Amino acid sequence: MTGYASRLAAVAAVLVTLAACGGSSGTTAQTDTGVTSNSILLGTTNALSGPAAAYGTIANSELAYFTYINNTKGGVNGRKIDFKILDDGYNPANTVPLTKQLVEQDQVFAMFSGLGTQTQTSVRDYLNSKKVPQLFVATGATTFMADFSSHNYTIGWQPPYQGEARIYAKDVMTNHPNAKIGVLYQNDDYGQDYLKGLTDGLGSNASMIVDKESYDVTAAVPTLASQLSTLKAKGADTLFLFATPAFTIGALAIVTKIGWTPNEIYLNSVSNPQVYMGYAKASGAALQNVISVGYIKDPTDPQWASDAGMQLYKTVIANCSTCNVNDGFNIYGVAVAYTMVDVLTKAGSDMTRANVMNIAGNELNETNNPFLLPGVVVKTTSNDHFPITQEQVITWNGTGWSLQGNLIDERGTIK
Amino acid sequence: MQEFLQQLVSGLASGGIFASLALALVLIYNAMGLVNFAQGEMAMFATFIAFALIEHGLSYWIAFPLTLLLAFAGGIAVQRIVIRPVERAPVLTLVIVTLGLATLFNGAAGFLFGYVPRSFPSPFSVSTVSIFGAYASYQDLGVIGVSGVVLLLIYLLLQRTTVGLTMRAAAHHPEASRLLGVRVSWMLALGWGLASAVGAVSGIMAAPALLLEPDMMQTVIIYAFAAAVLGGIESPLGAVVGGLIVGVTVNLAGAYLPFVGGDLQLAVALAIIVGVLVVKPNGLFGRPAVRRV
Amino acid sequence: MQRIRSAPPRYWLVLVAVLFLAGLPTVVTSFQASEFGGALILAIAIMGLNVLVGYSGQISLGHGAFMALGAYTSAVLVHKYKLDFLATIPIAGVVTGVVGFLFGIPALRLSALYLALATFALAVVTPSLIKRPEALTGGVQGILLIQPDPPQFMKDGFAAITGTAMTSDQWIYYVILICALLLFWFAWNLVRHRPGRAMRAVRDGEVAAAASGVNVSGYKTLAFGISAFYAGVAGSLFALSTGFVSPDTFPVGLSIQLLVGGVVGGLASIPGPLLGAIFVYFLPIESNQWVPSQSWIPTQVANTVVKAGPAVTYGAVLILIMIFAPNGIVGLVNVGYSRLRRRLRGAADRETGQVPPGPQTV
Repeated sequence: MTGYASRLAAVAAVLVTLAACGGSSGTTAQTDTGVTSNSILLGTTNALSGPAAAYGTIANSELAYFTYINNTKGGVNGRKIDFKILDDGYNPANTVPLTKQLVEQDQVFAMFSGLGTQTQTSVRDYLNSKKVPQLFVATGATTFMADFSSHNYTIGWQPPYQGEARIYAKDVMTNHPNAKIGVLYQNDDYGQDYLKGLTDGLGSNASMIVDKESYDVTAAVPTLASQLSTLKAKGADTLFLFATPAFTIGALAIVTKIGWTPNEIYLNSVSNPQVYMGYAKASGAALQNVISVGYIKDPTDPQWASDAGMQLYKTVIANCSTCNVNDGFNIYGVAVAYTMVDVLTKAGSDMTRANVMNIAGNELNETNNPFLLPGVVVKTTSNDHFPITQEQVITWNGTGWSLQGNLIDERGTIK
Repeated sequence: MQEFLQQLVSGLASGGIFASLALALVLIYNAMGLVNFAQGEMAMFATFIAFALIEHGLSYWIAFPLTLLLAFAGGIAVQRIVIRPVERAPVLTLVIVTLGLATLFNGAAGFLFGYVPRSFPSPFSVSTVSIFGAYASYQDLGVIGVSGVVLLLIYLLLQRTTVGLTMRAAAHHPEASRLLGVRVSWMLALGWGLASAVGAVSGIMAAPALLLEPDMMQTVIIYAFAAAVLGGIESPLGAVVGGLIVGVTVNLAGAYLPFVGGDLQLAVALAIIVGVLVVKPNGLFGRPAVRRV
Repeated sequence: MQRIRSAPPRYWLVLVAVLFLAGLPTVVTSFQASEFGGALILAIAIMGLNVLVGYSGQISLGHGAFMALGAYTSAVLVHKYKLDFLATIPIAGVVTGVVGFLFGIPALRLSALYLALATFALAVVTPSLIKRPEALTGGVQGILLIQPDPPQFMKDGFAAITGTAMTSDQWIYYVILICALLLFWFAWNLVRHRPGRAMRAVRDGEVAAAASGVNVSGYKTLAFGISAFYAGVAGSLFALSTGFVSPDTFPVGLSIQLLVGGVVGGLASIPGPLLGAIFVYFLPIESNQWVPSQSWIPTQVANTVVKAGPAVTYGAVLILIMIFAPNGIVGLVNVGYSRLRRRLRGAADRETGQVPPGPQTV
């Protein structure tokens, strides 16, 4: 019960301070809650335990980058970044009280890189009503970027799932216009968002989809054979897999097992890291003509071995003892933390929530993120609140992914 | 027709996995009249141990039997330490203890090994074989085959050896057995050890297809429950037959019943459990139980 | 006056507890009030589970599903049909209670073990069942609810006492508190009178109870219905206080959490659910946050605790409690209290100081 006592005491102190300051937002014109003369407090909720805990390393790699910045540059404009990470286990029922705690008790300046669509949706209205920035949420759900007009304290970062699917649609219409498409998608916001992007991207050619099958995250992987057999029987010759890693690997193996050789298999970007393709191969997947997209440099790709950005990543990630340097989630975390520091730097001496949110939502123009593929810009304007919209098609060459063509930009296509 | 055959064959393949775990459930039930909610998690944990051994350089064919031995010992340890103190307690207590074990093993696996899915080697080739035009992999057939072998071994043990006879006596008539000098408690421990080893086999066989991660068995256990219930919770043969039937039913329901679709396959397992328990609680091969009042 | 003076100490304890809970929002932050509200919600659900498990001896590992039903009933009524939230609370309770009662009918045919199995499977399937009727439940997007403002009279009263404006969270806390008090009082009456005795008779020996003329099936299904009603109300309050319902907010872990809370607090007791709820609600938070912040705990240990997460702790605690203290905290308190009383009243042997063993509780 001592926990209560110390929390009550801390809260009492905060209450007194608040009363003295006369409110929770802003004391002088240039700082805000969560900002002191030498520190900025950011908060996040992520899945550190439980079934989605594989994503938890994102928060750790972000912390590694902030530590690097604090150590090498003394922070941002003389203020060190403190980063408080709380575990919500991917359950919105936990995200809500934990976010309230971060805002009302820990008094964070902003929320950064919260993980999950349902989880971040559950606190979006709360954060917007309190005018606490919900920055760079760790999900590609399109709504976080498309709905800026109604939620102008929320912004995403990574390319929207719908945008990615549109790139696949473009690719299939250009290169395989007679394809008969079969889709296997996870029955949740993630899979459904991808499916919508594909259907919208195909437009009048949506009839290319001959069948779509869904599965629930509670499915036992081998039972996917049922859906894949159905797709094969309906005559699909091109397969789209909108699934999380374990199911993608299983599906790839099952496709080969049931004697199906689709002309192309499109995988979504979350499931394409090299290590997963290795597992699929070990499970018997033929992995022929597999296509995906990427926008971040893959740590396992030999072409970046002597790249300055990749070297920096490896230096940074050494700050995190539990992070696997080859894990794509980690370079994601470092890349988005880079943007966060970029925004804070641009805020300069006007370190208020309103200013930081304005920069992130309307004035971002980052062209030199060392961890993204060359040419990718992180950009927002007053009309367009999708920070990253460019991705490049990659194809599997038996041992790794090869970049194809140029970056494709989906900016402006999603309303 | 072709597609139907494929769905059937694929259903048998996934059914093999359910059958192998169901065998472990049946063993525990035969030993002490309890359904072990932690069976799947214990199987998963044993598989992680096998994974760790292989990572440390042991060959698969050494790691496999070594893991079985460790699982056997672990099962006995669990019975001695956790189950024995509450042996005589009402069913509710035992259920809660096994739930606690399940949570503990799951959390421990996540803590020790992390949640990133990993691949696990299989002794069987992944290439496919064609059965009347439908495809299965040698891996799938291997799982079914191994389940059959385990079934045979269990049958021989329980029905044809003295140890097996003693175990069954201790389970059904503990007081009479004690009078005859049987160390009932150690028979229960033996049952747990065996079930744990069978679970380890199930995990090791299933891991190549499911990918090794702490939540690997979380839904498989539900299908295994359905299989055990359908086959008759006391009958090892029922477990295997039940597993195959459940696998096929789930596949066919998902493919041909639109309101089930791909995403309610687990609900089919729930329907099987409830349906069997309400209509014919002894399952296909179980003997009717007589309740003494 | 005589009755007040001779009231057992328990009653004073209850009065103090009620006053404490009522006054809580005036001394803690709005956020902490909402946390206590969360614990009270679990307490209501656990009380319901307790009626089923502790008092009538039937196991349910699927009460999360009933909470989900109550939560979604309220959410849909508010979101689609624009009902006032408070009105939906009893509706959610009744709907869930009826469904629970109907559920109890086939449950009669299942022995304890199989009932546990079936309800466990139900808990695992619940999120996928929620996703299916998408038009109604919002599918995976879930339903967002706007938290109501406190009514004027509450605002005025609160401002008069504390001088600060009342927040939605604090108002919701009072709604939860009133429901909790009502439902706890109802449960207390239930177990003291005939239905409680009948259920306990059924729990302790079905055949004997039937032979004594107790309507076994009637009381068992009634227990299911009542416990589902409680879970439905808890679910509805949960929707209100969280402001969001989605399939992922009702994982199987919730059902396990409720059972753990019931067991740890002490089954077949009235204060047990409250104690158990406090335990299961605050344990994950404290182990994740309080432990690392204590400097006297070595970092290695602290990191281990955080990383292992509540899962390992739950599992270990559950097993230890079942082995050493199957009657939960309340059981321990009762044993300790009765031992103390007997020692103080001279029941101990004068020479050795040993106290003879007391009667078994529950």
